[in-house]
Amino acid sequence: MTAIIALSIFGISNLFLGFWLSRKTIQTFTLGFLALSMGLTVADWNHEYLWFGNMFRSTNTSINFSIIIQLAAFFVVEFSNAFGQDDEHTHPAEYYAIMLFSVVGAILMVSFDHLIMLFVGLEILSVSMYVLTGSDKRNLRSNEAAIKYLLMGAFATGILLFGITLVYGATRSFYIANIANAIASTPKESMPTFLYAGILLMLVGMLFKVSAAPFHFWTPDVYDGAPTIFTMFMSTVVKTAGFAALFHVFSGMFGALYATWALPVYFISMLTLVIGNVTAVYQQSMKRMLAYSSISHAGYMLMTISANQSSTTSTILYYSLAYTLATVTAFAIFKIVSEYQTGRVEKPENFQAFEGLAKQNPLLAFCLTISLLSLAGIPLTAGFWGKFFVFADTFHRNITYSIIVAVLMSAVGIYYYFKGIIAAYFKKSEMEVIHIPRLYQVALIMSTLATLVLGIYPTIVKSLF
Amino acid sequence: MQSIPEVLRTIPLTHYILVSSALFCIGILGVLTRRNAIIVFMAVELMLNAVNLLLAAFSSYFSDPAGQIFVFFIMAVAAAEVAVGLAIIVMIYRNIQSIDIGVLNKLKN
Repeated sequence: MTAIIALSIFGISNLFLGFWLSRKTIQTFTLGFLALSMGLTVADWNHEYLWFGNMFRSTNTSINFSIIIQLAAFFVVEFSNAFGQDDEHTHPAEYYAIMLFSVVGAILMVSFDHLIMLFVGLEILSVSMYVLTGSDKRNLRSNEAAIKYLLMGAFATGILLFGITLVYGATRSFYIANIANAIASTPKESMPTFLYAGILLMLVGMLFKVSAAPFHFWTPDVYDGAPTIFTMFMSTVVKTAGFAALFHVFSGMFGALYATWALPVYFISMLTLVIGNVTAVYQQSMKRMLAYSSISHAGYMLMTISANQSSTTSTILYYSLAYTLATVTAFAIFKIVSEYQTGRVEKPENFQAFEGLAKQNPLLAFCLTISLLSLAGIPLTAGFWGKFFVFADTFHRNITYSIIVAVLMSAVGIYYYFKGIIAAYFKKSEMEVIHIPRLYQVALIMSTLATLVLGIYPTIVKSLF
Repeated sequence: MQSIPEVLRTIPLTHYILVSSALFCIGILGVLTRRNAIIVFMAVELMLNAVNLLLAAFSSYFSDPAGQIFVFFIMAVAAAEVAVGLAIIVMIYRNIQSIDIGVLNKLKN
């Protein structure tokens, strides 16, 4: 809670710092702000606080998710490299401030106890992301991504709100606990039918935000068009917050109606896995491949939500942490290689741009390999245990078909993730040494090490519960 | 002199639900079929206003202010969203001299 207030104040002060300080200094300040707010978040550990008329509850679970979100933001700020040297067209102070504000929204989304907080958090996060997506103002691709994201996001918000309204009409409250009580204490026959319509609409609205198939069509375009650094932010922070909120709403609020929503979620997760993985195979651009990979990971997370076990919260937590670390690394390397290749090769975003990376840049190639292996779910990386916990949860619910589909789709995933590794190690080209800033290097090594450590000792995170 | 919630309650609740659902569906159709970015925006606003109407109706039927408070939040957030949205539309208009979202298809491979 104190973290939210602190982050808002930091964001505003960041805007003012832009007048006086250089780019690099603002970046350092932002890193300091995020570290400070992480400290404030951890300070609430093991205390349950209720704020704002019981609308905001900070528990150990919400603290864990807030830490992941702030960690992701921390990495993104480290990789942002102060947005280059283009003084006229980039505005680091504003970008960092908006990023801090959107982290506030994400924290609200993981610790709400009232639907107003969910809505406000979601909108703070989304509106900030619309601005950041369109921040490359003269680039048509960025423009297109921004308008698509905005229209789809506003549309999804409308659907979610109609769902919330119908649920309110049926249960007479916006508090999670009161709604759960009202649903549990009313016999099924006397529940108005529009409650079910409301649940379905809320589900659709939230699935839009986490980009599950068949509501994923905006994702590849938006991820592709946005500046890479903000794609990194979108695919980690928004995903983590979205899944935490989705699970909180459906398990906490509609837990008594598990039989109603489990089946749609289950089928959507299967569809997402198939569509995400199969379409990713055909992508030539690494950025688009990573976008489809993020859709397919949404499928795995939905699978564990449809299982709704007692361990599901920790599974989502572990999975989002593993996914965040790997995605951040992969995007960081993609960013630095495609920036280097711009002007040197015809399509700097394609897999061909990575050919021969290992020869002169062993560190980059190694980090890329570890992150792609983690995304593919190869043992000894964090991604393997993420998938393992998802499958274990689903298995405990006695749903075997979905595990078979998911394992098959992981095998498909190995094919397209290995395209990047093969390009880096087994193809030849005249790539020179790419200069990497020190901070960038440190962040790469940190995230890669974290992936490996989590892959060897998965109990570190699991034992937090 | 009747109070406003009493006036609102003279119409059956089902009618409110039907009207808002109709408005909401018109909004969805508008988003899905129109190609002009501003019209799409208006359709989204229609969806949000359907929600506002229904929330106000529910809240006066339940004599519970929470619903009306939610309406204020929706209005404030929708205003913020429109501000950002119009800024994005202006930015696009400067680049391509058009606000037809069908023209924007650079990203389809």
